Amino acid sequence: MELHVNNSTYEVDVEPEMPLLWVIRDILNLKGTKFACGIAQCGACTVHIDGEPVRSCSYPVFAAEGKLITTIEGLSADASHPVQQAWIKHQVPQCGYCQSGQIMAAVSLLNKKPRPTDADINAAMTNICRCGTYKRIRDAIHDVAGSNAEFYQA
Amino acid sequence: MNKPATNLSRRKFLITSTAISGGFALGLQIPGTSAQQEGQGNNINIWVEIHADDAVTIKYARTEMGQGSLTSAPQLVADELDADWNQVTIEYVDVNEHIRNDRQWGAMVTVGSQTIRLSQDYLRRAGASARAMLVAAAAQAWDVPAEEIAVANGTISHEASGHRSGFGAMAELAATMPVPETVNLKDPADWHIIGQPFPRVDIPASVDGSQVYGIDAELPGMVYAAVAQCPVFGGTVRSFDASRARDRRGIIDIFGIDDGLALVVVADNWWRAKQALDEISIDWDTKGNENVSNESIKAFFQKNLDAPDGAPMPNNAGDADAAIAEADQVIEADYYTPYLSHSPMEPMGATVHIQEDRVDVWTSTQAPVASLTSVAEALGIPEEDVYLHRVQAGGGFGRRGGSTDYSRQAALVAQAMPLGTPVKLLWTREEDMQHDFYRPLAMYRIKAGLDADGYIKGWRARVASGSILNQMRGVPLSNGFDGISCEGFTRLPYQIEDQFQDFRQCATHVPLGFWRTVGWSQTPFAREQFIDELAAAAGEDPYYFRLKHMAEDELSRHILEKVAEAIGWDEAPPKGHFRGIATTEPYGSFTAAVVELSVNDAGVINIHRVIQGIDPGHVVNPDNVKAQLEGATVWAISAAMWGEITIEEGRVQESNFHNYRLMRLAEMPVMETVLAPTGGFWGGVGEPGQAPILPALCNAIYAATGTRVRSLPLQHHGFTLA
Repeated sequence: MELHVNNSTYEVDVEPEMPLLWVIRDILNLKGTKFACGIAQCGACTVHIDGEPVRSCSYPVFAAEGKLITTIEGLSADASHPVQQAWIKHQVPQCGYCQSGQIMAAVSLLNKKPRPTDADINAAMTNICRCGTYKRIRDAIHDVAGSNAEFYQA
Repeated sequence: MNKPATNLSRRKFLITSTAISGGFALGLQIPGTSAQQEGQGNNINIWVEIHADDAVTIKYARTEMGQGSLTSAPQLVADELDADWNQVTIEYVDVNEHIRNDRQWGAMVTVGSQTIRLSQDYLRRAGASARAMLVAAAAQAWDVPAEEIAVANGTISHEASGHRSGFGAMAELAATMPVPETVNLKDPADWHIIGQPFPRVDIPASVDGSQVYGIDAELPGMVYAAVAQCPVFGGTVRSFDASRARDRRGIIDIFGIDDGLALVVVADNWWRAKQALDEISIDWDTKGNENVSNESIKAFFQKNLDAPDGAPMPNNAGDADAAIAEADQVIEADYYTPYLSHSPMEPMGATVHIQEDRVDVWTSTQAPVASLTSVAEALGIPEEDVYLHRVQAGGGFGRRGGSTDYSRQAALVAQAMPLGTPVKLLWTREEDMQHDFYRPLAMYRIKAGLDADGYIKGWRARVASGSILNQMRGVPLSNGFDGISCEGFTRLPYQIEDQFQDFRQCATHVPLGFWRTVGWSQTPFAREQFIDELAAAAGEDPYYFRLKHMAEDELSRHILEKVAEAIGWDEAPPKGHFRGIATTEPYGSFTAAVVELSVNDAGVINIHRVIQGIDPGHVVNPDNVKAQLEGATVWAISAAMWGEITIEEGRVQESNFHNYRLMRLAEMPVMETVLAPTGGFWGGVGEPGQAPILPALCNAIYAATGTRVRSLPLQHHGFTLA
């Protein structure tokens, strides 16, 4: 089947029920998307499908066929996306393992709501961070919303 | 499959190239610095390498797993070196080189909040020594007295002659200078890199997906292994039926390893291996532990709480029983803390590649030498032939510190494959949660007297717990006493003349391990709540009750006063809000916390504010210390609210994050961190923040509801978190 990932097109020969996560990680060798729970609980595997955040560990690859898949590697070529920059500015990551998923979830939120309230952030940011970086995730999202109005035109 | 050439990631390149070239440390480039030029460096000592272009490479021996010392430890070296931080690059020490050179880089483990406190002296000396050699080189080159030479921000200068030089031009000569026998370390007032909130060097790679963890190793021709271990700890495979699994796509082999301790499926893709594993029915020999339950374990611990004799603690003094007998009031309480799982976000796993003359290993580990050794032992080969590649760990929290179960398994699977086949072994989340080395279950009984003036007269405490050292490592306990289980009791910050405390080991079949903050993650739940119980019995304010017993403990008093000041303890909280306070002394640091909350009639806890204070002596990177306190608070609240690993039929009942709840962003309280370093000592930072949170939270719940919670987690008492 044909997959459109980060502006590239790949032809893959896999079982249709293989979770998208494993196609991304082990077939396409894009390792920025992480495996952590396997049951869509933690969000470490979050990617965008047609702009929507999806927990790829529980999303069969066939359902992604023909759609636009974006992984952390496709967010920007040089970590220049405002959310990535805010993550650096606020020194958000600790171990960093969940942060690809956190960033993808945050980008999706900001794309939809350029100036999210705390309640919006609470509702959208349900990914688990075992290191406990939540305070800084919230601060970074508010910072992006406050200083990148032109980037996020609703 | 059509893969565009431009899609080759940086990570792939690094891993592939290290695999070919022999596998050395992964260099981390600080943004904005010039690239290191290969082959031009001069090793001034084992920690410092200076390059012709003035770039300075500082070696880092421990692991980075989020605690930040990949940045802060080199800050110690760079400060004494008087380097320009913008010219510093940090590079992991190669483990194989370490082993071949008498383990000259010292401890490599990242455990016990020890990287700064236990390496600060030799790291600062390494920086000072390298600086002295650069000065000696300049003195010779310029023919001027060394005493007249100044070094600042990466520049060596001699004012009288007008000579100036970067480090690079002097590096070759400096490397030939004698190593100074003694060096003077700076007065802390002169530090200019220590104490600065420099951005962590590993963070840029964590925002674009390029950070490499153990799970990310990828080699040509690699096969993947999924693993199942007996749900009842210590059990083995008696037989298995793989008839439905064998014919599935991509399956290469199915076999047991380690005398049946694990069954492994090897496939051309990990998901295929795991799917096949789920299709195999396994008959386990559970070795007689299939009837152990939480209730049977609790009954066993209760007996040990009631038993007359225990192993006495070293700080016992006076006659506790006599003092209690004379007291006006006697208070006694029992406390219970459950088993807990580490659950770092990156599951356990390792990649092992066996070739004719060498073995390469990629794994996220807090103990690189132990991981390397586990592979050497599993394969029966010399340690010198094993090359362990340094990667960031996707969380550790102790799980990757003392145990090397998964690297051993990967080695055994690789050994069973044709020579030269790289094997990546990966556990599921379920496997991780049900085969952890758990934070010990423990019970505590404390009894104390109060005199008419509200002073503690006589203190008895019994700790009934498993012993991590004895049960995991086989370390014999001296006179039956385990200090780690008794952290928090072996040095009370409260001045009590007559005290008697003891320990009884309660060994079960549940594997135990070091869990973030270890004994200090649970003993304060008992100690600091009991102090509150005494304060309540005395009719006194819990903060001032503590202070009046701390007359001789200036540092404990100091941090407690700082957090009380930060919350405004003397002013009443907003209506309906209640506060709890606690203080602790973990890992050479002093930490205290105040939690302010409200609880509604339905038991919903709304945490309004958390004040978390630390006095670690010296602060190396203040922003990182704050981050550690923030994270430790989240960690502690998760444990308090929901944390429990439950044993039924000898096996763990929890399996994944749906039934082992961890805190999420919406539940994050407003928190303020107070850094209150008093200087003069070096304490830890990664773990101490957790210690006072649990009791401060429970003390606040008591203040709000009158309910004294003596067993965890809070969810069993009808409490939920807003």
